[in-house]
Amino acid sequence: MNEITESRKPPVATTGVLGWLRANLFSNWVNSLISLFVIYILFQFIPWILNWTIFAADFKYNFNGEEIVNREMCSRVLDPENGGACWAIIYVRFYQFMYGFYPRDEVWRVNLSYFLLVVAVVPLLFDRFPYRKHFLKFTYIFPIIAFFLLNGGLGLESISTNKWGGLLVTLVLGCTGIALAFPLGIILALGRRSNLPVISMMCTLFIEFIRGVPLITLLFFGMVMLPLFLPEGIDMDGLARVLVAVTLFQSAYMAEVIRGGLQAIPQGQYEAARSIGLSYWQMNMKVVLPQAIRISIPSIVNTSIGLFKDTTLVIIVGLLDLLGIGRGALADTTWLGLAYEVYFFVSLVFFIFTFAMSRYSLYLEKKLKTGINMGAD
Amino acid sequence: MRSNLNFFSDEKFRSIFFQTLVIGLFALGIYFIVQTTAYNLEKRNIATGWRFLTDPAGFDISFSPFINFKSTDTHLDVYFVGVLNTLLVSVCGCIAATILGFLVGIIRLSSNWLLVRVAYIYVEFTRNVPLLLQIILWYSILIQLPRIKQALEFLDIFFISNRGIYSPRPVFENGFSYVFIAFILALISSYIIRRWAKKRQDETGKQFPVISTAFGMIIFVPLLLFFILGSPLSFDYPALKGFNFKGGMVIRPEFIAMFLALTIYTAAFISETVRSGILSVTKGQREASASLGLKKSWIMRLIIIPQALRVIVPPLTSQYLNLTKNSSLGIAVGYADLVHGFGGISLNQTGQAIECMVIVMATYLTISLTISVFMNIYNKSIQFKEK
Repeated sequence: MNEITESRKPPVATTGVLGWLRANLFSNWVNSLISLFVIYILFQFIPWILNWTIFAADFKYNFNGEEIVNREMCSRVLDPENGGACWAIIYVRFYQFMYGFYPRDEVWRVNLSYFLLVVAVVPLLFDRFPYRKHFLKFTYIFPIIAFFLLNGGLGLESISTNKWGGLLVTLVLGCTGIALAFPLGIILALGRRSNLPVISMMCTLFIEFIRGVPLITLLFFGMVMLPLFLPEGIDMDGLARVLVAVTLFQSAYMAEVIRGGLQAIPQGQYEAARSIGLSYWQMNMKVVLPQAIRISIPSIVNTSIGLFKDTTLVIIVGLLDLLGIGRGALADTTWLGLAYEVYFFVSLVFFIFTFAMSRYSLYLEKKLKTGINMGAD
Repeated sequence: MRSNLNFFSDEKFRSIFFQTLVIGLFALGIYFIVQTTAYNLEKRNIATGWRFLTDPAGFDISFSPFINFKSTDTHLDVYFVGVLNTLLVSVCGCIAATILGFLVGIIRLSSNWLLVRVAYIYVEFTRNVPLLLQIILWYSILIQLPRIKQALEFLDIFFISNRGIYSPRPVFENGFSYVFIAFILALISSYIIRRWAKKRQDETGKQFPVISTAFGMIIFVPLLLFFILGSPLSFDYPALKGFNFKGGMVIRPEFIAMFLALTIYTAAFISETVRSGILSVTKGQREASASLGLKKSWIMRLIIIPQALRVIVPPLTSQYLNLTKNSSLGIAVGYADLVHGFGGISLNQTGQAIECMVIVMATYLTISLTISVFMNIYNKSIQFKEK
């Protein structure tokens, strides 16, 4: 009766690689079927896409070793069976994709601005950056430097904005839109929560109006209606008019995000600030806003991602951003029909920027959570 | 002791003063803009007023499934075609994006590692690429389809070409309206039965097979009537005649591109809200319902989904609003929606920018407000009711 039976070993299939496979891919027959199906699709798709984009693709030379100068020389036009993507269209037009029609002699100004942009933005993003305080001073004056660098003036040759294009326009629209919308959004958010009924109502109406209409109608507004509103003699160029529309649009969304942050600040903070005798503006600038903005930064980054993607809409009103340059390249008869290459490249550039931004926002959210849990700050 | 001279330290006075100042400045700004605009319009010889709405438009619209639009029709007709097209693609997009979004959201929480990864890659790629680019990409794929003469055939009744998808068009004959009325009545009575069954279950605990009853009523009653009335429905088949298809109905590539891009883009966002909604239901809820002995499907339907919906619905509303507003990008591929048809072509032809833009913006505001109101009502109905 009291025999001791040897304990059985754990089943082989629950540990190690086999166990993992069984738990995650083949836990029951439905899952197994789905897994096999997905594996089959991936085996079909991944080699094909790698082959098309890299192994069978032309970069500068085609499979005969000739330098590609038009679509007829692309491998995929010469040999539709085996040829991959023809990246030569990007290679040939790379300058346009980066700078538009900015004069080549002056392009150092754009390159310098790109470099200074990195210097201005990176310390802003990471609060452990060495000498951050000094760098932030530069961040404040960077827009002025960039304006003179890109636009001309102060001894630099003036470059009309209709020569700007490609990534330059995308970045100018995105960065200026975000930078200008931020203070405007704060004012609108404070206005909406104000005790003065007239101000609160006006801000609410403005925010809800902008959020209720598509961006494209605001761009049309900037393009066709704004010139009618301005007195004679004041002439705004296309980029400036679009910037007005983009800034108004973004400020309404920014305002809602910041209002969310303001609502999360406990009433006690307001009362404490008031009771030590701070005025309305002192209370907001020194006590409430620093906390509110801190918690709303992830959402601010998220709306900024939205704006960055939405800058492509300017092609509809005739500006040549990255996508606009791409469409221009496709309309060129020497490169006709290479749509997939162009759209792939433009998507990739946007993906790199927006994906980096969304990762950053996730990193902030995580940091914010741990900060709150520890009760620090 | 307050000094009478220092009005400014009086909060009431200060508040009235600032508000009057703001109103005054605002009125001054409006007055200034109206003056300059009137002057500019006169100088550029642009007509004002709403008379242009009844002028003939003078251009054709290739996609107008509800109104038979001719170039002699007025700009007002252009407006209606535009509104209907905007609503069509928005409604189709919202429905499809909800289905796809829920599917992907649930997949991302499934136990199949591979499927989770694939869904994750889909979400990240579509979310991070501009929608306009996706619309243009879909369009450029669709117009690479074979030409009309070489159209792909399915069962000899569907034809896929670069000019669109041709399919049979249902022709409703006499008596079909009865079938339709029966269908509506079946829907209403199923709803009433559901309410009655729920009430009875709450009171007595007895269950009633609601789903199978409703299913039977909605499907079989109209179907029975349909055959009793002698199948009052026929189809008009498309047929290749000359250079084009005659008969049937066609879905244009502009619409398909818009529909696909809007659906796929918005579904990625919806899947994220669904995922976070389901994750927001705590593990304890699942364990508690399992320990009560509920079936797995019941746990999902009766415990998880109702609680998750409370978290999902508010962001879902803003996704619907976004989709509707994003449908204005149809202008990039020539889809004759409100912005392209009325705000684009009509505006260019008449030059009456202010009137056209005011109408377009007012329409979008109305649509946005309507969606918000309906979703708010729905949201109230599913929120936690404290007794």
